[in-house]
Amino acid sequence: MGFEIKTKGEIYDAVIVGSGAGGGMAAKILSEAGLKVALLEAGPDYDPADPAQQTQLKWPYQSPRRGASTPFRAGGDFDAAYGGWEIEGEPYMRDAGTEFDWYRSRMIGGRTNHWGRISLRFGPHDFKRRSLDGLGEDWPISYEEIKPYYDRVDKMIGVYGTNLNMENEPDGFFLPPPKPRLHELLIKEAGNKINVPVVAARKSVLTRPINDSRGSCFFCAQCNRGCSVYGDFSSSSVLVKPARKTGNTEVIVNAMAREVSVDAQGKATGVFYVDRTDLQEYHVRGKVVVLAASACESARLLLNSKSANFPDGLANGSGVVGKYLHDSTGASRSAFIPKLMDRKRYNEDGTIGMHVYTPWWLDNKKLDFARGYHIEYGGGMGMPGYGFGGGIERFNGKYGLKAGETKKAGGYGASLKNDYRRFYGANVGFAGRGESIALESNRCEIDPKVVDKYGIPVLRFHYQWTDHEILQAKHMQDTFEQIIDSMGGIAMGDKPGKENMYGLAKPGQIIHEVGTTRMGNDKNKSVLNKNCQAHEVNNLFVVDGGPFVSQADKNPTWTILALSLKTSEFIVDQLKKQNI
Amino acid sequence: MNRRETLKALAISTIGTGAILTGCDPVDKTKAAETSGAAAELFGQTPEEIERNRKIAAEKFLTAAELSTITVLGDWIIPKDEKSGSASDAGVPAFIDFIVKDQPRLQTPIRGGLRWIDMKAANMYGTSFTGSSKEQQQVILDLIAYPEDVLPENKQGAAFFTQLRNLVAMGFFSSKMGIEDMGYQGNKPNAWDGVPEDVLKQYNLAYDEQTLKECLKIEDRGKIMEWPA
Ligand SMILES: Cc1cc2nc3c(=O)[nH]c(=O)nc-3n(C[C@H](O)[C@H](O)[C@H](O)COP(=O)(O)OP(=O)(O)OC[C@H]3O[C@@H](n4cnc5c(N)ncnc54)[C@H](O)[C@@H]3O)c2cc1C
Ligand code: SF4
Repeated sequence: MGFEIKTKGEIYDAVIVGSGAGGGMAAKILSEAGLKVALLEAGPDYDPADPAQQTQLKWPYQSPRRGASTPFRAGGDFDAAYGGWEIEGEPYMRDAGTEFDWYRSRMIGGRTNHWGRISLRFGPHDFKRRSLDGLGEDWPISYEEIKPYYDRVDKMIGVYGTNLNMENEPDGFFLPPPKPRLHELLIKEAGNKINVPVVAARKSVLTRPINDSRGSCFFCAQCNRGCSVYGDFSSSSVLVKPARKTGNTEVIVNAMAREVSVDAQGKATGVFYVDRTDLQEYHVRGKVVVLAASACESARLLLNSKSANFPDGLANGSGVVGKYLHDSTGASRSAFIPKLMDRKRYNEDGTIGMHVYTPWWLDNKKLDFARGYHIEYGGGMGMPGYGFGGGIERFNGKYGLKAGETKKAGGYGASLKNDYRRFYGANVGFAGRGESIALESNRCEIDPKVVDKYGIPVLRFHYQWTDHEILQAKHMQDTFEQIIDSMGGIAMGDKPGKENMYGLAKPGQIIHEVGTTRMGNDKNKSVLNKNCQAHEVNNLFVVDGGPFVSQADKNPTWTILALSLKTSEFIVDQLKKQNI
Repeated sequence: MNRRETLKALAISTIGTGAILTGCDPVDKTKAAETSGAAAELFGQTPEEIERNRKIAAEKFLTAAELSTITVLGDWIIPKDEKSGSASDAGVPAFIDFIVKDQPRLQTPIRGGLRWIDMKAANMYGTSFTGSSKEQQQVILDLIAYPEDVLPENKQGAAFFTQLRNLVAMGFFSSKMGIEDMGYQGNKPNAWDGVPEDVLKQYNLAYDEQTLKECLKIEDRGKIMEWPA
């Protein structure tokens, strides 16, 4: 029997690969404009309101492993991300001596189902870094050009926060933030004393409704499980759902794209994919192809789409596809706050994670590293689950003793049982997230030997931090200790030092992969133009984190959304004008 | 392995320590079944996950004797007190039974640690840990329960006990009984309107005017947000 590639469906106006932040937005905008869209998604369908899939408001004891992680869900049984650092049958490689951890989530909505909802728009400086410090490259667009799209994303999706009147933390259209919790008030007080600003967080959670189709938040702190009333932003609930409602979007789930097809003129004609359930091969055709499979996966698709016109991969005449991969920097520390022992119990779940954060507040001219970072805070009387109470022996012999009392660390019995109660909610976590410098040498490329279980050649990563990132992590650690001291807290564990890069997380671990198909005005140094349109293939677009020229000291998703909105409207316009 | 075989295995691998007896009840089977009924309950798992949970639940790793020892140790770690029941009352042995199958890296440390403790009991009292008297058990625990105060020859036992303490505590406090004991009030729809007054007072804190002005007014929660044009 021959090997058959079946043609799937009509010739769509657009074929979109991936249903995360970028792909969901594109599907919504294109289909609402009346275009016929095929949305390919490698994973299964997902709706947090579906009782069969809902994990919100479940109790730890409903899971036999109390919510511990499994090969199917790195974030544990209740987390709304199918997948994680490893996916069975879909390996990735690393060059010797370099590191990169790649987090993939396979399902409708991608990684936006469990993301932290931290929604920070970039500021004016973030688009012009080279002009400011001579490193990296400027974006071909300015803040002013993208601002109207950020504004619309704020209103379309909803984000709480406050206007700060800080030049590089621009104002937006915010919902009122929730009040800080107890430990957050203490952090704020501590920050005030040492001139570290602590302000309302910016999170895409509906403290108030923005329309009739989504409920408002009821404060369960579980957005990472997916919200059954759609009070949080995930692409599945907020973008793919309305896209489907138009009747113009055909969602094809379990469709693993392998290549973009091109015609003799070098135009994109559609996408080849393998159906994960029947393992049959399909071709879906479109007038426009939009890649949104996540920055590295979209680069992989381009590099794997080789043809006579494009021997080094589609739209890769510059050789830049896969290069300039960069992730945020990250370092963390935790602290024990003695005055938070023996706490009165009340429900302080609030919204997921933090209600307050620290935006970058310093001037790099006076520092020994480039670019800044923001600080995220954790703490509170959270729901006990897998991992709860671990390491009590590091606390109960040292802290919380009455004057003159001595107690040996560890132990057992009634007194130990009581210690767990006493220490509940007395810890605070600090996590710095900063900007790294995009380098040509940090990259993903196709491994010459290895394929995944579908026969698709896999990625090989090559990534190394430089002194800028390492010294930034050092600064984070110093700041954490200053805040902890100012709170009267006790920093836990040993302070990470030079020998372990000051606790700098491995590349990839902050899960802000961007830069692999960067935009630019020079087609020899970039893959896309300022409209996220491939220089060499005018009906091919990328709308995930790939187009980023530099990742700011902010999380990327709000910018992915704004850029995808902008690009999608450009596509509608160009199709109308028959330019593509 | 049934209890007799376990005993035999224990005896065979025991060199020169004399007879080893176990004197405890087998673990309460119904309780174990209730809390590890993995597949029975719907908590949003995919078909693949349900299948995997079922498979793991059906496997056997810990023997009845090992589970008995875990039960006894667990209740030493988290005993019944005036506020709540013991570790075994909360189904902790069933949780540990499952988790060591789910995370095979736990298997050798747990099995080996249990055997370490039995060997200690055999050396000291000529019997297994569960076969020892309460007083004897406590003597052994005091040798290993305080990681900063352990004789060199007991270090391995102490490392095991620390690991077991963590598992027992997490198993207990993530159970229904343990969550109630801890007084966790959340995991239900509510309206967060800030730290309670009396707690603010206790910490000498207050929401400043700016914060109060900016933050959500709880009565607005149902009102659609509109921004000035
Ligand atoms: C734990 C965690 C916390 C995070 N917190 C934040 C945060 O607070 N703020 C923030 O801004 N960002 C955060 N992020 C990052 C955020 O999730 C991503 O920036 C965002 O989801 C990227 O969107 P995307 O559209 O590029 O890709 P994704 O959301 O990854 O979606 C890509 C989709 O494409 C599909 N796909 C992949 N390959 C193929 C293929 N070959 N064929 C078909 N489909 C394919 C995938 O299954 C997936 O559904 C977090 C991420 C994680 C994991
Ligand atoms: S915290 Fe609010 S938005 Fe998030 S899942 Fe809970 S109810 Fe939904």
